[in-house]
Amino acid sequence: MKAEGSFAITVAGLTKCFGHMYALRQVDLAVKTGEFVTIFGPNGAGKTTLIRILSTLSKSSSGEVSILGSSPAKEPESIRRQIGVIGHNTFLYEELTAAENLKFYGKLYSVSNLGQRIEESLAEVGLSARAADRVRTFSRGMQQRLAIARAMLHDPSILLLDEPYTGLDQHAAHVLSEWLSRLRKESRTTLMVTHNIERGIELADRIVVLRNGEFVYDHLRKGVSAEDFKQIYNDLVEGKPGKHA
Amino acid sequence: MIFSMLVFSLMVAVIFNFSFPPGSEFIDDAAAGIIWMTFIFTSLLGMSRSFVREVDKGCMQGLLLAPIDRVDIYISKMLINLIFIIMVEVVVVPLFSVFFKINLFDSIGALSAVLLLSTLGFAIVGTLFSAIAVNTRTREVMLPILHFPVSIPLIICAVQATNAVMAGQAWSVIWPWLKIIIAFDLIFFLVGYLTFEYIVEDS
Repeated sequence: MKAEGSFAITVAGLTKCFGHMYALRQVDLAVKTGEFVTIFGPNGAGKTTLIRILSTLSKSSSGEVSILGSSPAKEPESIRRQIGVIGHNTFLYEELTAAENLKFYGKLYSVSNLGQRIEESLAEVGLSARAADRVRTFSRGMQQRLAIARAMLHDPSILLLDEPYTGLDQHAAHVLSEWLSRLRKESRTTLMVTHNIERGIELADRIVVLRNGEFVYDHLRKGVSAEDFKQIYNDLVEGKPGKHA
Repeated sequence: MIFSMLVFSLMVAVIFNFSFPPGSEFIDDAAAGIIWMTFIFTSLLGMSRSFVREVDKGCMQGLLLAPIDRVDIYISKMLINLIFIIMVEVVVVPLFSVFFKINLFDSIGALSAVLLLSTLGFAIVGTLFSAIAVNTRTREVMLPILHFPVSIPLIICAVQATNAVMAGQAWSVIWPWLKIIIAFDLIFFLVGYLTFEYIVEDS
């Protein structure tokens, strides 16, 4: 599947409403292939709704979405094959072992050489020794690492991360950041939603702020420090005059 | 889950066994109703948990993100519900035969057809409503409330067909009930097939 031009994700005039409530209002976004974009925004800004639409979990009310040249409405299955999603939920079955979870999801994605791929994936996230242990015995950090292995099992071209740092302790968050940095070097297109400004800035090529369903800030990360951005972000969220946008 | 279903149905069978004195003339009239009441409540017990694990642990999204037709999730869940209920029936029907002193094995073919097709109908409707009920706050109560009114035609046909089989009536008496059961199965399978994607879309 070829991307549209050099863009892996394009969104034009995207609107999502729940009854009379607008979660997204005429949103436009284009993410280049290999780009790491971090989306910040207060609770209820529409960040998760955007991720849900891009991952085909939810349908838009209007507007155009294209992921690697395919429309989520017309070719959802081919898009799902190309994306990996990591959320605050791990999507793991606690009664199954780590290897059984990966085997289950690997079969759903028709992953070839599944046994070998599972071993590699568990090794990448440092869980080889716990392959035969049930997920319910894992710490939150270990579960999140296994969730990463699950999301990467089918080698997706695009990663969608929805609050991946939620519930992680300092060390687990550090491990996740290191792993995401490694992925960034592989030029995998990544769209991350987070409240964690330091970690979000550290990884991003581009920073976007969503407020009340609209993008109010879209800037390359280069030259923007976390401290500067915190001030910018607070001004934007408080609705101060748009000198930053 | 299968263990809870089995224990529940065995309890009902044993309780009804003590409700009727040996050789009671009412057993012949009531047996089909008792059998189906047992299976209906047993199936609700199992089906109410169909999607709970996925929804509570967030695994439902994991399934919905997989590159598969979402109807496959519905069919898989429906089939596993069907298998669980049939496993219970395989154990409980011979027990009812012994407790109520009814010879069910002379017409085992017809009885199997009635049980299979009626149970399929319960699984089709129950799995669909279970997917709806699981996202409500009162999901344990919601499934029977949704399921029973819709299943009334199926329950009536299943009880009548089972009565006819137990009474040793001809196939020509059983077949019209089976035809309605088959129509019910087909209609509600089509409803599930066409609507499941929309039911789980924003779950």
